[in-house]
Formats: sequence, structure tokens, C-alpha cells
Amino acid sequence: MALKPETDAVSGVATTGHEWDGIKELDNPMPAWWVYTFYACIAFAAVWVVFYPSLPFVRGTLGYTGRSDLSRVMEAERARTEPMLARIRAATPAAIAADPELRGFALAGGRVAFANNCAGCHGAGGQGAVGGFPSLADDDWIYGGSFDAIQQTITVGVRNGEHPDARGVAMPAFAQAGLTPAQIGTLADHVLSLSGAGPASAPGAALYAENCVACHGDRGEGNRELGAPRLNDQVWLYGGDRAAIGRTIANARAGVMPAWGSRLDPATINMLTVYVHALGGGEQ
Amino acid sequence: MPDTSIPAPPPLYAAHRKVYPRAVTGRVRSIKWAVLVLLLGVYYVVPWLRWDRGPGVPNQAVLADIANARLFFFWIELWPQEIYFLTGLLILAAIGLFAATSLFGRIWCGFTCPQTVWTDLFLWVERRIEGDRNARMKRDAGPRTRDRMLRRAAKHGAWLAIAAATGGAWIMYFQDAPTVVRQIVTGQASLQTYFFFGLFTATTYVLAGFAREQVCTYMCPWPRFQGAMLDQDSLVVTYRDWRGEPRGKPKDAGSGDCVDCGACVHVCPTGIDIREGQQLQCIGCGLCVDACDDVMGKLSRPRGLIAFEALANLAASTAATSGMAPGPQRFLAGMAARRPLHLIRPRTMMYAGVLTAVAAAMLAGFLLRDTLTLTALAERAPPYVRLSDGSIRNAYTLKLADKTRDGGQYALVLDGPAGLRLVVQDTAADAAGRPVLPVRRDGVATFRALVTAGRELHLAESQPLRFRLLDAAGTVVASGSSVFLGPHP
Repeated sequence: MALKPETDAVSGVATTGHEWDGIKELDNPMPAWWVYTFYACIAFAAVWVVFYPSLPFVRGTLGYTGRSDLSRVMEAERARTEPMLARIRAATPAAIAADPELRGFALAGGRVAFANNCAGCHGAGGQGAVGGFPSLADDDWIYGGSFDAIQQTITVGVRNGEHPDARGVAMPAFAQAGLTPAQIGTLADHVLSLSGAGPASAPGAALYAENCVACHGDRGEGNRELGAPRLNDQVWLYGGDRAAIGRTIANARAGVMPAWGSRLDPATINMLTVYVHALGGGEQ
Repeated sequence: MPDTSIPAPPPLYAAHRKVYPRAVTGRVRSIKWAVLVLLLGVYYVVPWLRWDRGPGVPNQAVLADIANARLFFFWIELWPQEIYFLTGLLILAAIGLFAATSLFGRIWCGFTCPQTVWTDLFLWVERRIEGDRNARMKRDAGPRTRDRMLRRAAKHGAWLAIAAATGGAWIMYFQDAPTVVRQIVTGQASLQTYFFFGLFTATTYVLAGFAREQVCTYMCPWPRFQGAMLDQDSLVVTYRDWRGEPRGKPKDAGSGDCVDCGACVHVCPTGIDIREGQQLQCIGCGLCVDACDDVMGKLSRPRGLIAFEALANLAASTAATSGMAPGPQRFLAGMAARRPLHLIRPRTMMYAGVLTAVAAAMLAGFLLRDTLTLTALAERAPPYVRLSDGSIRNAYTLKLADKTRDGGQYALVLDGPAGLRLVVQDTAADAAGRPVLPVRRDGVATFRALVTAGRELHLAESQPLRFRLLDAAGTVVASGSSVFLGPHP
């Protein structure tokens, strides 16, 4: 390292004396524009600290927060959508579906509300899942697929113990009610025969008449008032093979659903009703 | 012993040397002024042309309507998904540039490039205010007088005004021209508009006022690879050294035509000496041709000591005059050795062929483009639904795009396995029971279609399917394909 400043031959600029593998660092001064920009940044920062929250526990004189910004945006958005939501709140789901403008708004809003609240159990497109999560896209309804029935089910929920009018009655567990495994097997065969899967049998019919008819009906047509599913169709909530049906008879099933009436506002429930009705299985 | 040491390579670092181009008049300069006026005129006038498209639609003839995602060009209206027509146009422009370069050299750089056009304009302003080359050099080297500061301020003011007008003109291609100009002037334009207005103003000001020839030499990739398009038959700006050398005073006996007056160097906008041969920095503007012709005219010598010339001719003239003494004989021998311009060559034929092919493909693509399209998107959640009677149902989102403003409605039929039932939500059916889809003029209408296969059909897991739109005469006007999914049979 040289003691006195060394000058680079090509550029005529002094070097810093630092050298890496023969490459020497030039000691060029900072460009003036760079230096002034740097000073301007420092001045800007000083002003910023006064006006905006920059230090711990110091709010800044403008009182700005990101959260207040967000709530202002949300407030503006609520104000923007409120006229439509007011109309949706005041109308019945059937009336909403009949008005193209309201229907479009309700389908869009319902899609979002469905994804936020319902898709966890019923699936992204309302396809449901075997094991007690009913499909909302098919034409099989436990409590009815009309606008009113869907709205009611969403509002009160199913067997949740939180709403006095919650849907559904309890199914007895027939293994505890005294049916033997053999009887349960016979009964399962008979239930399968209701939808054309296998032959009917006299013992099975007798067991069915004794234990099931009250809720599920003579021919397995179900009862929407009680929430007793149809047994004579091709849709099975807990699986449609003999073993699964046998387990259902032996241990009973009791699906639950929260009462959304206390969680969602009426406009959202109306939009959800219209959306679910339009998934493909809505009834008049 | 001979010196065998390798000379040190020239330094990679070059300090900036300010160029003071001198004003010049002549044939090339006149052509350049005409091109400048024509190009800037077209650029400024086009956004103001109107084209009536009916109510509710922009009536600007050329408009890239970003907000509404439409590109208007007189009678043509393109949607974002048809941007490949613009891509095709850019490809055509690129090949056209290759062809022009291989025929006539850097005429793009020298005459039509925006960088050249605006730099020319800014130089003209600079000369009006600060004087020509010598006055500018003298003033720059002298003290900071009041006169110098005033002139400098006036120059930058004029530059900024021109730059702003340029930025404004570019904005006009993206928003309604009369509206956006009024908004900018009255302070009512959006922040984005002011941002882009400021951006284009700043780039024009910096590139044409300060960066100038450095853009061509250091920033632009085109000079770097256009050597691949040039050959010995392309026209390039050349110094005919076979008649110019050896240089000397006009009265010197035995000297060539070049009197070493430096005019060609003084007028050069990139500050080079053309007599050193072909150089990367030369943009082929030909101003040195004018400067030299002027001097030759005053000396009553034949013009064209510096000229647009093919390198093949230069070599032929050099060969023909080798060993001859300067004088009229040498000049005549050299000029006689030249051959007419060789325009038709394999290279130019190839460019012409590619140009024709691309243009034909684009024209065919444009003439055959669909103005009514149907897209069928199968819903994936759920892929299919089993209904209570055991039948399988698939749902589809149908998107019917109408790129015209004519309107109309079409019947939808299904082309797939027999027995499928088709229902489209929220639509009416015609007399034959087919769903009727109304189009949305200049927009996309969305429908939800449900297709059901009875339990007795026993379809495969995946079955191709096609939706067809029929007009009143039963002709298929659009179709979209998808698949019908079901459980493993």
C-alpha cells in the first residue's frame, strides 16, 4: 500500500489504495446529484417523523394509521353497496331471484358468503362430502329445496342445540334399541331394495314397518318435516353400501349445522339462499 | 531486434465529449426536414381524427382504450385476446426494417428514428437560441454571463415545452384527445395521466436534449446487430478515399480532393470523422454528404467526395485507381469502375419473401377472425353431481363473446352422446325446445348450462362434448368444446 495517493493511469483519478488481484479502487467523489438526493432524503425523513407514526409510541401529528385507512375504505364500500343490500334485505329470496339486477348481485354476494361460511363442510361448489355433509348441487333435499325451506335451514341450522327451532329430530341407535346384528343386516338389505338395489324380503319389510316407517315412510320416501332422508333414491349421505347402511341403522346419524341466523345478517342469508338455490337443485 | 511487445488495449472507459454539430444545408438536409415534418405531423394529427362508431363508443379513429380494454383503429376494433395482431404488425415492422437496412443501410437511424427526429428538432431550437457551433462552443467555454444564463434558460424552457407537447401527444393515443388535453390544461386529469404525461415529457427532454448520440452509441441495441443485415451492396455513408487522398490545401499540387477543412466532422451529430471509415457511431444521416458537397461546389470540384455508396463500389473504385496520381483522370477512372446498385440479392429476396408470407398470414388471420365466439368451461367443483334418480349431471359456464354491436340471439344445441339433456339457467326456449342465448353487444354474456345423462346411458368417465350455436337458418355460427365427466363405470 502506497503512502501517498496513487493516480490511476487511464482515468487520472486517485485510487483509495485498496487492491484486489490487481484491480484498484478509484477514489471518485460522489456525484453531486447523488449527494443532494441523499440530503433531500434526510430532510424528508425528518419531516415524515413529525407527521407520520415512525417511532414507537409516537403517533405523528396527522394521527394517521393504516387501520383507520382500511376502515375508511371499508366504510366507503359499505356505503356503496348499502342501497342494493337494503333492497335485498327487504325482498324475499324468491322475489330476488325474479329480478335480474338483484339476482346478479345476490349470486355474486352469495358466492363469497358461501366460500366464507359454508364451503368448509359443503365444499367449494356445494358438492358436499360422504359422511354427513349433504350436496347442495343435487336435487335431493333433506329439509326441502324451495327458497323458503333453504332460507329456514340456513337461519335455524340443524340439531345444534342453540336455536329452539333447529331442524332435525334424533334417530334412535337401533343396536341399543334391541336389534341384533342379523336383523340389522336384513334391514339394510331391505333399505337397499327400496332404491332397486337387490330384492325385497318379507322379514326385512316387517322389520322396516316396525322400526323405520314412522319417519322414513312406507316406500322410503322420507319426511322433510322431520329431516328423515329419502331412502329410495340414489343419493346416500353416509355411503350407500350394505355395511355403511348397517352402521347407520345400528349407531344412528345426527348431522349438525350451526344456526346462521345469529351469525349472518338477513341480507347475507337472502343472498346465500338465492345462491344455493341456483347451484342446480332449487325447487319451486 | 524488432519490437514484438503487444500494444496495450485501448481503455474501456471514455469520458463524455460534448458534440456541437454545425448547421448545414443541402439535399440530404432538405429530405431530413421533410421527413421530420411529415412524421411529427402524422404523430400529432392522428389522435385528432374522428371516426363515428355510434353512440356510447369512442369516436377517436386511433385509440388504445386501456380502461375498456379495446383497441380502435378506424374501422377495426380489437379485444385484448387479439393482441397478436399487434404482435404481427411489430414482426412485420421488424422484418421491414431488416429489408430496408440491407438495401439502403441505416436510413431508419439517420432519417426516421424518433431519437434522430427529436434530437434534430432540439438541435434546431438550440441553434435559434444559442447560435451555431462556434458561438455555442465559445459561450460554453467563456464566463457565466447574464446573457449566457438567459439563453440557456430560454433553451431549456423551449425544450420542455416541446417535450410536454410530445408527452401530451402520446397520452392522446390512450384517452380521448380533446378531453385529455382540456383536463391536463385545466388540472382535472387523473394522477395516472399526469404521471405518464410527466414521464414522457421527462424522457423526451432527457433523451433529445442531453443523451442524444449516446443513446445511439451506448443504449440502442440496433446498431450493434444491424451489421448482420448490411453487406457490401448496402448503401452506407462513405468517404471516397480513392479520390480524396492525399489530403492537402486547394492549391497544393499532387493532393487529392479532400482539403481537410473539417466540415464533415463539424456537422456530424455523433461527433465522428467519416473519413476514418465505417464506424458503429455513424447513424447514416448523411449530413456530412451535404457539408462536403457544399465545399466541393465552392472549389468547383465534382460533388460526392462523401456519398451514399455501396462498399463493393468503393472497393472497385479503389482498385481501378490504384497507383494513379490525383487529378481528373483518377476521378473519372474511379467513377467508371462503379456498378449500378445491386438491389436484388438472395438476402433481399429472402426478406421480401418473409415479409410477404407474414403479411399474407396476418391478412388471412384478420379476415377470418371470429366476431362471435362461444367458450364452454366445465365446472370443476364438483366435476359431476349424482341426482336422486341416479343420473349424472355436469355444469358448464358458457361465455358468449360478441365483438360486434349488432346484437341477436342464437339457439344452443349439444353435439355429444345421444340422450343428454341440456338446460341453460335463466334463458327462454324456442319452439323446438332449444335454449335461446341472447348476445351482449360488444361484450361477453355468461350462462350456466346443466347437462344431464340418464342412468341408463352408461357413459365413459370422460366424454367429449360440443356446444353449437345456431342462427335462425340453422347454420352453426360458433361452437365450443368441453368434456362430460362421470364416475368410473
